[in-house]
Amino acid sequence: MNTAVVKGPPATGYSLAFASPLAAFFVLFFLAPLLLLIVISFYATPDLKSFGLDQYIKIATDGFTLPVLADTLWLGVQTTLLCLVLGYALAWSYVRSPRTMQKVLMLIIVMPLLTSVVVRTFAWVVILGRQGIVNSMLMEMGWISGPLKLLYTRGGLIVALANVQLPLMALPLITALQKLDPNLEDASSALGASALRTFVRITLPLTLPGILAGCLLTFAASITAFISQSLIGGGQMLFMPMYIYQQASSLQNWPFAAAISLVFLIAVMACVALFNALGRLSRGHIAD
Amino acid sequence: MSAGRRHEPATIALTAVLGAIATIATLLLLAPTVVVIVLSFTNGFSLKFPPPGYSLRWYESLPDAFQLQYAVINSLKVASASTLLAVVLGVAAAMAIARSEKTMARVLDSFFMSPLILPALAFGLASLIYFSRIGIELSLRTLVIGHTVVGVPYVIRTTVAALSQLPPALLESSASLGASRTYTFRRVTLPLIAPGIAAGAFISFMSSFDNVPVSLFLRDASTDMLPIRMWQDLESRLDVSIAAVSSLMVLVTLVLMIVMERLTGISKRMR
Repeated sequence: MNTAVVKGPPATGYSLAFASPLAAFFVLFFLAPLLLLIVISFYATPDLKSFGLDQYIKIATDGFTLPVLADTLWLGVQTTLLCLVLGYALAWSYVRSPRTMQKVLMLIIVMPLLTSVVVRTFAWVVILGRQGIVNSMLMEMGWISGPLKLLYTRGGLIVALANVQLPLMALPLITALQKLDPNLEDASSALGASALRTFVRITLPLTLPGILAGCLLTFAASITAFISQSLIGGGQMLFMPMYIYQQASSLQNWPFAAAISLVFLIAVMACVALFNALGRLSRGHIAD
Repeated sequence: MSAGRRHEPATIALTAVLGAIATIATLLLLAPTVVVIVLSFTNGFSLKFPPPGYSLRWYESLPDAFQLQYAVINSLKVASASTLLAVVLGVAAAMAIARSEKTMARVLDSFFMSPLILPALAFGLASLIYFSRIGIELSLRTLVIGHTVVGVPYVIRTTVAALSQLPPALLESSASLGASRTYTFRRVTLPLIAPGIAAGAFISFMSSFDNVPVSLFLRDASTDMLPIRMWQDLESRLDVSIAAVSSLMVLVTLVLMIVMERLTGISKRMR
């Protein structure tokens, strides 16, 4: 019957040529700009007259840029850890909820992903402000006499960032927990392990790929969250995205802005590579 | 089977702790939406919460904010055009890489996904420098190009997922019954993957509508975009009318979300 040999790819596949329009578009408007960014970073002066390593030397020696970079990465770590604790508990409860409850929870989890970041950040300005809900509640209960400073603080920023990025952590964790065979937990407890031991020795390790995927997304999103950082952090805290924007836009110093963008970009890619390597390790570990 | 063990104190304690943290997480997710909506009905001039009284005055003042409407229209234009472009380019690319075993397909896949991980602000700056060096003036067109690059990964991800869930037997039987590849694509493949494409298009549209880091660099001085406008307003003065705008945006998003959930099961496609 099947003697009519089909030339070319089978019916289920398509030629790679279908990808060429997008590939061309990306080369022209994604790759070329990034390559140009690298070239620009090797100009010595803002007027783009002479080449040199001046920008990179400045980054290494000005005693300002590297601390800002380190602080930005540290902010990402703090936010990711808070998201991991909140997101894991949320995902754990989600898979144990009845179906209708799951639908409501899923809407609550996904909704923030599609709500404007500006809107959500604005809400945190209201919540954390001097006349905000937290301060008025604490004062009404008589726990504090005057309003606390919550806005423009690191703690406030981490909470707001955790809210904005929590879905990115919760969704991969839900997927990972749903894939978990419930018999494993039953077997563990039937063999006499306590609930905590089962959780630490069985559930956590088996969901490690989901944990790493969630951490990667949350981390990358937190350190690049320009709007939240600028509105909640205010003028008191400077992180890489705002620093890049200031150098490029207000100071028009393109070579320096390009160089710090690239340093930031490389730092982000190094973190991504690290998470990916850990992910491969954890999958290999489970396969054993 | 292990029902007896589930009531051990340790089990109850673990469930209680995780449940409590999950409740906090849910409140954290809900708080901003609830606060913005309640606040938009205040009758006062400040962002005091809870509001002293309630009125519709801030909604009534919205139609007078002409410049805001201008920003909304620009954002809608750019989001529509870039989503259209992202769907056309992205679906074609997704078809090419979805079931391919070639190394090249995997390379292309990571290439097309990389805008998701690279800091958007760095890409925005790179594009600004690029367009100014090759002599293309900033306009709505440059914004559409930049937003397309950022939106394409979403379309590819959901379309590839939809394509790989497609039973190959369907396409093979269509082919063995004599249908041409184009006919099979139009009558079998496309209708089956349409929800995946729609979900990707929706996410791409929302990400463009909400984009700040790329728009900051690729708009010219006269091109107002809604999220940038709101951000700048928030930095200079905290105005209650922003709460009204925000609530409207939340309402529209919620309605769209529910429609998309019905049509495409979008919450499953975002993982």
